Amino acid sequence: MLWIAIRMLTGDAQKFYGLLFGIGFSTLLITQQMTIFINLIERGASGVFNAPEAQVWVMDPVSRTTDVSFPMPATALDKVRSVEGVEWAVPHLRAAANVRTKEGDLEGVAVIGVDDATLIGLPKRMVAGDKTVLFAPDSVVIDDVGTTRLFSDGGQALGERLELNDQRAVIRGIADAIPSFTSQVVLYTRYSNALNYVPGTRNRMTFVLAGVREGESPQAVAARIEKETGLKAQTHDEFARAGINFIIENTGIPTNFGITVFLGFVVGVAIVGLTFSLFLRDNIKQFGALKAIGVTNGKIVQMVAVQAGLVGLIGYALGVVGTVLFLKAFGGNPFFKGFYIPWQIPLISLAAVVVILAITGFIAIRSVLKTEPAAVFR
Amino acid sequence: MNAAGSIVGTRAIGGCDPEAAICARGIVRDFEAGQSTIRVLHGIDCDIRPGEMTYIVGESGSGKTTLISIMCGILYPTAGEVRVFGTDIYKLSDSDLVRFRLHNIGFIFQQYNLIPSIDAAANAAVPLIAQGVPREEARERAKVLLERLNIGDQADKLPRQLSGGQQQRVAIARALVHAPRLVVCDEPTAALDASSGRRVMDLLREVAIAPDRACIIVTHDNRIFDLADRIIALEDGRITHDGTAMPDDH
Repeated sequence: MLWIAIRMLTGDAQKFYGLLFGIGFSTLLITQQMTIFINLIERGASGVFNAPEAQVWVMDPVSRTTDVSFPMPATALDKVRSVEGVEWAVPHLRAAANVRTKEGDLEGVAVIGVDDATLIGLPKRMVAGDKTVLFAPDSVVIDDVGTTRLFSDGGQALGERLELNDQRAVIRGIADAIPSFTSQVVLYTRYSNALNYVPGTRNRMTFVLAGVREGESPQAVAARIEKETGLKAQTHDEFARAGINFIIENTGIPTNFGITVFLGFVVGVAIVGLTFSLFLRDNIKQFGALKAIGVTNGKIVQMVAVQAGLVGLIGYALGVVGTVLFLKAFGGNPFFKGFYIPWQIPLISLAAVVVILAITGFIAIRSVLKTEPAAVFR
Repeated sequence: MNAAGSIVGTRAIGGCDPEAAICARGIVRDFEAGQSTIRVLHGIDCDIRPGEMTYIVGESGSGKTTLISIMCGILYPTAGEVRVFGTDIYKLSDSDLVRFRLHNIGFIFQQYNLIPSIDAAANAAVPLIAQGVPREEARERAKVLLERLNIGDQADKLPRQLSGGQQQRVAIARALVHAPRLVVCDEPTAALDASSGRRVMDLLREVAIAPDRACIIVTHDNRIFDLADRIIALEDGRITHDGTAMPDDH
């Protein structure tokens, strides 16, 4: 009977494709929007992810994220280094600056000063050039997405000279970095250079990046730093989470994406519900005949469940594949750089599809179950 | 007994004939219509014998569809009892009643109600598939019957590719494929012209009538009355005639 159910469904091509479209579109909307949402808010932690060596981030107690930070006195570095369990500690500077491009355009950039000796604070991988290029005078490394912003005409970034806050800077490398939430151009330079590039105030060091001694946990060392220095210290994961939370709490992004995801769900319920009800109504005489012949209500429910399951499975697969293709198609766009589909999102979409089909199937099947077998004689 | 062989009243009293395929006693059926209740059947008693083609005839609204629905176990009576081959079908549980229909009754519907997206052989095989017979085996058995009904070459066609008469034959095959002991036909000739209607009835007689099988046909098509072994006429929910032919005044 289940084979007959499938043939009944696929035999009505118009409604079958309508159901696939409804589920597929709904899945695409939910999966794609949630994927963009998750990847976008994770960029609130891009500054942390781009400095993977740092196990503990130390900052002024009012600092909240890599981008919302308050500078500390340079003495903070020594205080951190003196805490038991700290293996190493280096200064880290993050500040805003302006660049005049060769074409004469103005571009706001983030200047990140990494440790002069170890270059801790630089992204792990380079797209072009070597990390050591930063040891050259006036040298900066630009993030790869930044090149598309500063050199949108396709011009060569390496070797280009920039006017950075009235100072000379030469791009000598391109870092493979996770873009920031605003996709702002990021220029990495040595800490001592960065102090020259950004306007001078008394306190300029925004973070101290620290590594913990073997056998120590980052949480314990961070707690010890806070206790002994009065500064705020968070582990890599805690600070990344804080960056993400900041985006969630201070922007309308969750609401907007939430609305879109909800609309995807509603569209799914509407299209699938309507089409499924029409499909069952069109076949009500056949179902009535089956009931008269001797097919039980339980078997009818199974038949409808198989029909719902089939459109759900194919439609869901189409929606997820659509999301993958979307990300592939736009992979070259800097905005989507590094976007991935977390494994939880397809599961959430699957749950949404199951709920959509359960709701619509339940509504649609009532008319079939209520149909008296005797109705076929009327 | 009157000129037409009517035996009105004589079979209505007493217990069931042990040979009867269907024994209905005191069948009453009421339908709710808003605030009021309409009685469609008024205490019908009748027996249906195997080996006969029995017509139930009457005007629209006479109660013939309701009676046939009750006699084949798809509509509960308000009162009365129905025994089909000795089984008091309305004393069965719902699931047992459904199973009873699946194994003992074949249906031919006025509008055929074939499943449009499966071919003729699969449509004819539906009762077997519902019984759990493997699909290919069920198809093969259905094809044998379609051959007997002279549409074996149409077995792989979808219902929409068949003429009305051919669809009717597929419906007949579906009603007989599982060798039921009772075959119920609802207006089998309503959509056919006179000659096609007679051909279908001849065919039905050829394949559906057997010594151990009863065949009931609900119709108001007087063009085929002469093909009946027995005619039960209903009027306003009561049997007004039960005989081998229709009386002249009907």
